[in-house]
Amino acid sequence: MANTRDNMHELVERKYQHGFVTDIESETLPPGLDESVIRRISAIKNEPAFLLDWRLKAYRRWLKMEAPDWAQLNIEPIDYQAISYYSAPKADKDKPQSLADVDPKLLETYDKLGIPLHERARLAGVAVDAVFDSVSVATTFRDKLAEAGVIFCSFSEAVKDHPDLIEKYLGTVVSHADNYFAALNSAVFTDGSFVYIPPGVRCPMELSTYFRINAANTGQFERTLIIADKGSHVSYLEGCTAPMRDENQLHAAVVELIALDDAEIKYSTVQNWYPGDENGVGGIYNFVTKRGDCKGINSKISWTQVETGSAITWKYPSCILRGDNSVGEFYSVAVANNWQQADTGTKMIHIGKNTRSTIISKGISAGRAQNSYRGLVKIMPTASNARNFAQCDSLLMGDKCGAHTFPYIEVKNPTAKVEHEATTSKIGEDQLFYCLQRGISEEDAVSLIVNGFCKDVFKKLPMEFAVEAQALLNVSLEGAVG
Amino acid sequence: MLKIENLHASVDDTPILKGINLQISAGEVHAIMGPNGSGKSTLAGVLAGNERYTVTDGTITFQDNDLLDMKTEDRARAGLFLAFQYPVEIPGVNNAYLLKAALNARRQYRGEGQLDAFDFLTQIKSKMKLMDMSEDFLKRDVNAGFSGGEKKRNEILQMTMLEPTLAVLDETDSGLDIDALKIVAQGVNSLRDEQRSFLMITHYQRLLDYIQPDFVHVLANGRIAKSGDRALALELEDRGYDWITREVAV
Repeated sequence: MANTRDNMHELVERKYQHGFVTDIESETLPPGLDESVIRRISAIKNEPAFLLDWRLKAYRRWLKMEAPDWAQLNIEPIDYQAISYYSAPKADKDKPQSLADVDPKLLETYDKLGIPLHERARLAGVAVDAVFDSVSVATTFRDKLAEAGVIFCSFSEAVKDHPDLIEKYLGTVVSHADNYFAALNSAVFTDGSFVYIPPGVRCPMELSTYFRINAANTGQFERTLIIADKGSHVSYLEGCTAPMRDENQLHAAVVELIALDDAEIKYSTVQNWYPGDENGVGGIYNFVTKRGDCKGINSKISWTQVETGSAITWKYPSCILRGDNSVGEFYSVAVANNWQQADTGTKMIHIGKNTRSTIISKGISAGRAQNSYRGLVKIMPTASNARNFAQCDSLLMGDKCGAHTFPYIEVKNPTAKVEHEATTSKIGEDQLFYCLQRGISEEDAVSLIVNGFCKDVFKKLPMEFAVEAQALLNVSLEGAVG
Repeated sequence: MLKIENLHASVDDTPILKGINLQISAGEVHAIMGPNGSGKSTLAGVLAGNERYTVTDGTITFQDNDLLDMKTEDRARAGLFLAFQYPVEIPGVNNAYLLKAALNARRQYRGEGQLDAFDFLTQIKSKMKLMDMSEDFLKRDVNAGFSGGEKKRNEILQMTMLEPTLAVLDETDSGLDIDALKIVAQGVNSLRDEQRSFLMITHYQRLLDYIQPDFVHVLANGRIAKSGDRALALELEDRGYDWITREVAV
């Protein structure tokens, strides 16, 4: 298939489209990490004492920890002293009060990413809390949300305006000592998003945050905390792109979700960070801890993710099914092309009675990439009649990539039912030829086949996001058959 | 319409086709018969542009174009359709979606606008009726979980929608019971006209009872060993292929 392969080669080699650097002056702390840096971050942000204490506790703990090496990943050692732990757009002291006050270059950046903030917010009815580097620069639809009693703001604002909620919930799902990267994040996080949905409220719109890494050499440490109070409902979207860079950039975020009685949280991610070039140079290290606590009875937490970017992905959005009858879901599409490495999956910890969880994981590997699914299903002795269903499918494109599946199942209650299905397939030249013979272009054919493979996950995404996810997949994968 | 001259093709360096000559004019129906391994499916694959086959010699002219110089998808868009012997399954992609993508790719190639969703549905529903298919078929994934007969009917349904100028049917009759065979034949016959040609590859003359060919060719050992009209097919049914194979060997 020489001819076909050439075309495909071209497609695979397509450059990352979102690679550019916005020229905004940043106020950045010099590289290096010690207690004084943490105190400085806390002081810049006028934080209450409890938070500084918590950061320091995390930092001291982190010093005693070692980076995890159990994942199927090849990670170059990271020099944490070479990273700058704080950077902010210059207008920090007098933050823009509206979009009109926002640096036009920043808005331009969003435009390049296809996120016309005002347009999108107005047309799609989506409130956007845009994180640019470490400080939130624009928040829209605050009024409408406030009307419903919903709090949706940057983490820093939440610390100022709702310290009681922060103190009550921060670290209750992912503790300051949970793991190496979570501890680091707890010590040095600069901003992120905060959501609180009051009892009985159905959030009137999808909440969406676009993350973006910009200043060179600046690790990003976001912290997101979402609390859905009794009987409430919220859908949260997170999407990201990053400019092209040569050196590896570390991203270690923490996301904590808390669902009380009868509450539901749907968290969707489309991740498109710079994966490195075709030789494996550069790219983002994405080491994220995401966990949801189904604390209340009948609560539900659903994770949906489409991971196409980053040089290395280490990420396991998980659910603790504590409340009786609570439900956890994980729907994932993880794409790895060229030299990308992904080790992703989920943990479903069943504690309450009649708890149910579903795992649908679709891994796509192309080029020389390695893609691993790692999942833990744990049924505790208290979890009578717990149910789990897991399906892990891998699609291989070409013969130099790898797909791995590591399912861990621990059942400590005899009434539990746990099912696991796994398949691995190669994108068939027969399928491709069939489509071509019907007159469909190679590019469209691959996209069609891959999107078909991912359909079970895409249909869980909110509509606009599903479209975006398909487009992303087309950019990162099309033609990767060889 | 189609002119094949001295066509040689091989699979993994094994020669399969060893000098095929065949000319098909507009409106004609040709049947190619022959024993297993004679190269029938290879010929279909070469015409459609399957890169598994390497053409080592010869030329194919299709509507005044050098067919071998055209990409698979362009051959299709120019009006060459292959009804597969073993249609593939594409999980997660529904039949309507695939067919619409195919129709639009072809319209674009010809400088026509995209097909209106309403027109598409009206059209396909009438064709489905012709092929005796239920409407839930549109929502089902391409060939996934289809019976052998359903897959073949789906191929013919696609053909009636795409309205090719040259349709190559690769053993479309195999695995069909007599009712399904009649339905498939009905689909093919509905498309027959002065502009459209068919190349039917088959083992059995049974199909030719329902789709009457103008010419019958017997493929043996990579060459067309004998050509004739329908009478030849009937003779083959009586006498088998051995006598022709022997003739060729001589």
